[in-house]
Amino acid sequence: MGVKSNKMQNNHQQHNHNHSVVVRLNEQMGTKRGYTFIQAYRAWIPKFLMLWVVVMAFISMMIYNWMDAEIKERRKEVLTSMCDQRARMLQDQFIVSVNHVHALALLVSTFHYYKNPSAIDQETFAEYTACTSFERPLLSGVAYAQRVVNSERESFERQHGWTIRTMEREPSPVRDEYAPVIFSQETVSYIESLDMMSGEEDRENILRARATGKAVLTSPFRLLGSHHLGVVLTFPVYKSKLSSHPTVKERIEATAGYLGGAFDVESLVEKLLGQLAGNQAILVYVYDITNSSDPLIMYGHQNQDGDMSLTHESKLDFGDPFRKHEMICRYHQKAPASWTAITTAFLFFVICILVGYIFYGAANHIVKVEDDFHEMQELKVRAEAADVAKSQFLATVSHEIRTPMNGVLGMLGLLLDTDLSSTQRDFAQTAQVCGRALIALINEVLDRAKIEAGKLELEAVPFDLRSILDDVLSLFSEKSRNKGIEIKIGIGMHKLIVTNFILFLSSLFVDFNRYGFVIHNSPLGYIIWEVKLAVFVSAKVPDIVMGDPGRFRQIVTNLVGNSVKFTERGHIFVKVHLAEPSKTVINEPCLNGGSDESVLTPGGRQFKTLSGQEAADERNCWETFRHLIADEEFRSDSSSNRTASFEASDHVTLMVCVEDTGIGIPLSAQDRIFTPFMQADSSTSRHYGGTGIGLSISKCLVERMGGQINFVSQPHVGSTFSFTAIFERCKKTSFNEMKKPISEDLPSGFRGLKAILVDGKPVRAAVTSYHLKRLGILVEVASSIKMAVALCAKNGSVIPGNIVRPDLILVEKDSWISAEDGGLNIRQLEWKQNGHVFKLPKMILLATNISSTELKKAKATGFADTVIMKPLRASMIAACLQQVGIGKKRQQGKDLLNESSFLQNLLCGKKILVVDDNVINRRVAAGVLKKFGAHVECADSGKGALDLLKLPHGFDACFMDIQMPEMDGFEATRRIRQMESEANKQVNGGSPIDGTARNGEWHTPILAMTADVIHATYDECLKCGMDGYVSKPFQEENLHQAVAKIFKSKPVEEP
Amino acid sequence: MDRNQLQRQVALMRSSLIEQVPNPSLPSLKLLVGYLDEQQFLQLEDLQDDVNPNFVEEIVTLFYKDSARLFHNIEQALKSRPVDFAKLDNYMHQFRGSTSSIGAIKVKNECNQFKEFCLAGNAEGCARAFQKVKQEHETLRTQLETYFKLRRQAGLAETV
Repeated sequence: MGVKSNKMQNNHQQHNHNHSVVVRLNEQMGTKRGYTFIQAYRAWIPKFLMLWVVVMAFISMMIYNWMDAEIKERRKEVLTSMCDQRARMLQDQFIVSVNHVHALALLVSTFHYYKNPSAIDQETFAEYTACTSFERPLLSGVAYAQRVVNSERESFERQHGWTIRTMEREPSPVRDEYAPVIFSQETVSYIESLDMMSGEEDRENILRARATGKAVLTSPFRLLGSHHLGVVLTFPVYKSKLSSHPTVKERIEATAGYLGGAFDVESLVEKLLGQLAGNQAILVYVYDITNSSDPLIMYGHQNQDGDMSLTHESKLDFGDPFRKHEMICRYHQKAPASWTAITTAFLFFVICILVGYIFYGAANHIVKVEDDFHEMQELKVRAEAADVAKSQFLATVSHEIRTPMNGVLGMLGLLLDTDLSSTQRDFAQTAQVCGRALIALINEVLDRAKIEAGKLELEAVPFDLRSILDDVLSLFSEKSRNKGIEIKIGIGMHKLIVTNFILFLSSLFVDFNRYGFVIHNSPLGYIIWEVKLAVFVSAKVPDIVMGDPGRFRQIVTNLVGNSVKFTERGHIFVKVHLAEPSKTVINEPCLNGGSDESVLTPGGRQFKTLSGQEAADERNCWETFRHLIADEEFRSDSSSNRTASFEASDHVTLMVCVEDTGIGIPLSAQDRIFTPFMQADSSTSRHYGGTGIGLSISKCLVERMGGQINFVSQPHVGSTFSFTAIFERCKKTSFNEMKKPISEDLPSGFRGLKAILVDGKPVRAAVTSYHLKRLGILVEVASSIKMAVALCAKNGSVIPGNIVRPDLILVEKDSWISAEDGGLNIRQLEWKQNGHVFKLPKMILLATNISSTELKKAKATGFADTVIMKPLRASMIAACLQQVGIGKKRQQGKDLLNESSFLQNLLCGKKILVVDDNVINRRVAAGVLKKFGAHVECADSGKGALDLLKLPHGFDACFMDIQMPEMDGFEATRRIRQMESEANKQVNGGSPIDGTARNGEWHTPILAMTADVIHATYDECLKCGMDGYVSKPFQEENLHQAVAKIFKSKPVEEP
Repeated sequence: MDRNQLQRQVALMRSSLIEQVPNPSLPSLKLLVGYLDEQQFLQLEDLQDDVNPNFVEEIVTLFYKDSARLFHNIEQALKSRPVDFAKLDNYMHQFRGSTSSIGAIKVKNECNQFKEFCLAGNAEGCARAFQKVKQEHETLRTQLETYFKLRRQAGLAETV
């Protein structure tokens, strides 16, 4: 049931996980939706553009208007100046002409009237005027008309020989007076004898002229002859000199005639304008505006084209105050559209539009980019989710594959147990091997997927590092043994045959080459399993650490497995020590490493490593190692120092090194060695098999443990993988409680034994002594048998040494053989011993492999029967030693002194109830408790227990199984506690039931007996009122802890 | 001389029963390894003293007697249709408790297998696993019997 609910919980968790992924996805999307300003107002962007365009158009218009006004102003100014200039010139020319006419008038009066007889006749006049006509460019001609009164008409007509005619060239009718032309310039000779007073204009002019005595102009009219518009200028000519201020009457009377000139205004102005620049551009009109309501045009085209919008008027003064003239100028063409203004405004507008468009484009681009960005982000989130989902899928599928595969394997196992022919058996076995490989692969993929899906959770339970390392090592050593270690081949055999034989063997053992057989061309012709496996754990590493033992084991197994796979000779050495950054010894010896650590031997270079082979990382060389050990011994000597540094922090960082002397990793492949499914190269992959996923898993696991993994590798020399991992230190209390169930139970019977270890190789000696020390054996290392003899002799005498008398001597096979070769007799040792002590120490041979002849020889020399085979494990050494007969006796004694005696003290005479439905368990529990002197009663169910525990009772404690039919341990305990509390109430009420109630309170200590030591179970135990729990089957130390706790407060009577 | 030899044989037998790694000097006993949990069995043996000289044997006998009953129950439960897996699990739990008490690792492992099948609701698997359990159970019985016989002989030799 428990397991089932667990599974359901798992499902639930998985579901939760799925759910949480989705939620996380949503959250991510949510948080990433932080829009920018532009993004938020994206709908406004076109509107902004429109607004911008409108505003810019308006501004452009303003600019245009301003520029246009400017231009118009300038145009007006130009017009004004041009008009004024023309007017001034016209006026000047006119005045000049008038003055000349005035001079002519004076000439006529002087030479015609003051001289007598007249000095002028028509001929003279014509000649003179023709000669001086350049002086009067504006006058088409001048003529002199004499004033003739009607009374003088006849005489006048007679004098001249013609009649006075009107303008119409008809004989003039009778009038008061006449003004016939008598002198005329040749250009106007046609007006001779015409009466000037017959023309309305002229008459008026004449009258006005003689009244004022000044030049007088007519209004414009069409001139005779040229049909040009013109005016006639009239000057009076007086007979006599006038007073300075003559009256009008005096003037009229003094008038003798009139000098007139016709101004051809049209040609005049035409000529004038022709002299000026820019006359094409403007139109000029000259008006007589004497009658302001009806201006008379003097010059100008009647059809009023031209620019009507702009005109300029300039006053003209032709010297006649009666007549007023003005000049009006306007441009010939309408003001041309001002291209500057238009282009400026247009260009401005265009630029603004472009700028606006640029901004618009930029905004749109930003929006687009941001949209894309959001989209990408969404895709990224989705992709990540998909990745997680993929990992989850992989995990699920792998898990699902595992289940049927287990069935397949189970069935294959069953099949193998039936009667099969050898072929069938072979097939089935192959299938099983393949199946196992598949399961292993799936497990790895599952691990990988779990890590990727983030589902991998590390446990934090106390565990014994050393026992795990022992297990791992034994796993591989077992494999190595199963392969058969030693094959003898005749001396003369050809090497080819040997190789063929090896190939044959390799076909027998599927993964033969994984375990590295080496052909040795030694004189004896042995093929020897050459790889030495060894483990060494620094004494400073705590016994129990909190962490995930399974994962730790997985990492170490993986690394060691790799090493085994790729190592053919030499050693694989696992070393664990504290990673203390303050320690500098690591680097020091490497400086002088090369020359010091290798000594030349006949067999080639010999290194001071475990096997004598060169290792890639020199950190494991003996020099460093010695420092490590020396440091350790120093530390353990000054225990106060040690504990101080030990208890300082809660965490302990361990450095685990796995050193091998295998083929190494090619330099090119070193950087991708932790990539999943990546092996060093394909050829290696073919040669060695495997998926290459292991290292990447290890890396992940190590990282989850807060450490780092790295390696040093030299091709053809070896690799050293090292990783660090952070574990919690075990608290003292939990340490004691948990120690038994988790740590390997090493027999304690060897404690205090003394041994001499004879080994020439210091690293190997250190490893061996590490294992012996774990058994509590004091070890003295001697590098050779000779030294051991000396040591024994010394200790045998009275001189106090470290070891008074060795209980056993362990001799490494190499040392023994070299001693034999050197002619040293091992019996020497024995003999020396015999001289001094009654019991000779046991001599035990340590070997990786041993041939039967060697074994015989060894026995003959005096070694014990049992050879301790390597790789070493503490428990194996213990077993071997027990086999030889060492430590057995002491063990009992020690036990008595140790926990057993305490238990006996605690339990002796106590009455204890054991409740268990299982008769076997009941018997065993009872047996154990009885052994410690307790009186035991049994109950086979919860109900039975309740009956027995009815108050008052005499039980000192109760051991309660948890899983029982009908009423389980929890329920039974609850009821018992209920009973007790009721009884206690009564006691407090004043009626004590029995004197046996201690301290006036009933509380029978109840300890749970349970097979699973999960923390949750423990919590539940405490919740329902139990006092503790012991693991089932009983383990002494655990039992001791639990019992000590409940009986601690009570005085224990000494037996 | 004879006594020593017998004692050694007992020790070897015991260690071969217990130890996972076969002793290379005893290849013939290779098949018998790993039946018992070292700790538990040694502890049981430790419980023997002058008052209770045959405690282990007693317990083992009890175990076989009890297991016969449980096997019968399990067989009944397996035969019944529909199969009551809760009941099966319960029986097997009891049986497993017993096996772990005497430290019979191999049998216990088979029991675990059985319980797995129980959880999965696989009646067929249960039946197969049960066969396995019985098989291991039987192998262990013969092993233990041999062992006890050796021990008795050794003990007799000792008393003589």
